[in-house]
Amino acid sequence: MTLPLRAHRAHQTLQSDTDWSWLSQWRSQAWSTFADTPWPTRKTEDFKYTPLKSLTNTDWELPTGSAKGTGRGVEFENWPRTVLTLIDGRLTDHDELPEGVTVKLLSKASAEDRVRFEQRLEAGLADNKQLFSLVNQALLSEVVWIEIAANQQLEKPLHINQIISSGAQQRVIPVRVLVDVANSARATLVETFSSEADGPVFINPITELMLADNARLTHYHLLMEQGDVRHLGAVQAQLGAYANLNAFHMALGGVLKRKDITVYHRGSGAELNLNGVYLPRGKEHIDYHTCLEHEVPHCTSQEVFRGIIGDQAKAVFNGRIHIHKDAQKTLAQLSNKNLLTSHQAEVDTKPELEIYADDVKCAHGATISQLEQKSLFYFLARGISRPEAEVMLSFGFINELLEGLEDEPVRLLLRPVLANLFAKEDIWARHLL
Amino acid sequence: MLKIDNLTAQVEDLTILNGLSLEVKPGEVHAIMGPNGAGKSTLGNVLAGRDGYTVTGGTVEFDGKNLFDLEAEERARAGIFLAFQYPVEIPGVSNMEFLKASVDAIRTARGEEPMSSMDFIKLARAKCKEVDLPQDFLKRGVNEGFSGGEKKRNELLQMMLLEPRLCILDETDSGLDIDALQVVAKGVNDLRSPDRGIIVVTHYQRLLDFIIPDYVHVLAKGRIVKSGDKSLALELEKHGYSWIDEEVA
Repeated sequence: MTLPLRAHRAHQTLQSDTDWSWLSQWRSQAWSTFADTPWPTRKTEDFKYTPLKSLTNTDWELPTGSAKGTGRGVEFENWPRTVLTLIDGRLTDHDELPEGVTVKLLSKASAEDRVRFEQRLEAGLADNKQLFSLVNQALLSEVVWIEIAANQQLEKPLHINQIISSGAQQRVIPVRVLVDVANSARATLVETFSSEADGPVFINPITELMLADNARLTHYHLLMEQGDVRHLGAVQAQLGAYANLNAFHMALGGVLKRKDITVYHRGSGAELNLNGVYLPRGKEHIDYHTCLEHEVPHCTSQEVFRGIIGDQAKAVFNGRIHIHKDAQKTLAQLSNKNLLTSHQAEVDTKPELEIYADDVKCAHGATISQLEQKSLFYFLARGISRPEAEVMLSFGFINELLEGLEDEPVRLLLRPVLANLFAKEDIWARHLL
Repeated sequence: MLKIDNLTAQVEDLTILNGLSLEVKPGEVHAIMGPNGAGKSTLGNVLAGRDGYTVTGGTVEFDGKNLFDLEAEERARAGIFLAFQYPVEIPGVSNMEFLKASVDAIRTARGEEPMSSMDFIKLARAKCKEVDLPQDFLKRGVNEGFSGGEKKRNELLQMMLLEPRLCILDETDSGLDIDALQVVAKGVNDLRSPDRGIIVVTHYQRLLDFIIPDYVHVLAKGRIVKSGDKSLALELEKHGYSWIDEEVA
């Protein structure tokens, strides 16, 4: 049985429960496209290395909205921030919003808001060719729409703390987060995902970032759910003129994770820094598909993704750069490096350059390697045990990217998580904590 | 302390060491000189336990124990220190983390407690000063972006922190200018002690102007063909290595 059949009841239940005809229609549209799309097989290019079997043996239902007894999700030490807590896709709590920031919810939209939501969602970036964007639209029950007014310089980061509750087994959780950063505004957005569920969970989030001219956004998108979790979603961003997006992605844990990241350079002079790490172990599977759409001239993209794949885990990285005909003077670089720490680990990496402008500078590269023997020997020759040396070297491979993070608290959160991830015994990570 | 007897070793089926014998007693400084390809670096690597070298004959005893019973990290913990000819760059691991991990491993092996972070930082900073490395080198990745001289000084820094029983300096003078050479030489001289052995492997006599050896050995074709005192090094400098070839022939 394929996913459309497994989720059909969820879609129907949702549709019977609304008086908002536009929304109902919008979801139906997506549902019919989704249901008509052939279910991906090994021959479907986009999912060639990412089988979706783990999605098709559960009848997915939407959350009932009465989640209780959850923990606090992901917390950062000594980092004052404006926290918005979402449990099973519903905003349950938020700190006082700073000046210049508004948050609207689809589920609580007034008649006036509904009109704005309709316009905003229809003008959105969601790609109808992306299978899991369609799922999100077909099952959409909540949208958290954050607007940051022009010229606002947010002192504290906004933290969207998404928690999957312990009662969420067999739930599909589609959430959409829209963040609109108006002209010359500046903000930091942290999105974290964690799960307490015991049974299978299917998280299907979309984050849409609209950066107007001269806007600056630092974005962290950290998938930290462990256990029986499938997380298939997308991050889409649009950059206006001289906008700057500095993004860091991380994925660890879970049965299956797939993130499609698309960035549209739509204003001249826009700058993108897109970095990420993925760390599947055990039998986990993590897939990042990134696509940079350079549509206008004089934009830059720097993209670095690194992965460490252990045990029998599998990773997929597909990095596409598309330079449109008018995008002269584009500067775009993509690097993807992978470290395999077990003979059964696997990675499939594919950089793709598609260039239609003739005056651009583009570079891409991908490597797959194991720990270097000469580095390992250097540790051994100083008396450090082999397992500790392996942990420190693996950590170092990722730490190069952590060191580039703007926010120390994120680094401090991730350091011990990563150090302990590589160490089967605590003592092997002791010099990294 | 170190007794090498008739050692033969191969790298990829090629015999590099061919019946090498050498004894180093505590307190002694031995210089090993020889032309390129004589097996100088192989000796250091075999003693430190690097993969890829196959010992095909002979014995090496270290403090009465068969050295080849020990893994590389166990040899380091027993007190053998190889200063690398080409120290490895390890981005992402800070020099401080690396040094602390190393010092803790050695101390644990000696039955001592790991140092507190505060004490260690103090000690590492003091030693940095001695080898003339700026303190921010402790925060940087291990050898990352260091110049040749800085890498060698970092090796010396490690040696000072680990206080090994036997130091093997593998062409530590190569790539050093005269100032750096003097810093390294001073560091090594400070480490001379009645219970520590030092082997200085070098191609040139120059380093031996600053580290005066008790013995000088000439290594050629995988074995020691001539031994003497420091005057041997001067003779080599004057006549070159071909003189030895003729003499041996």
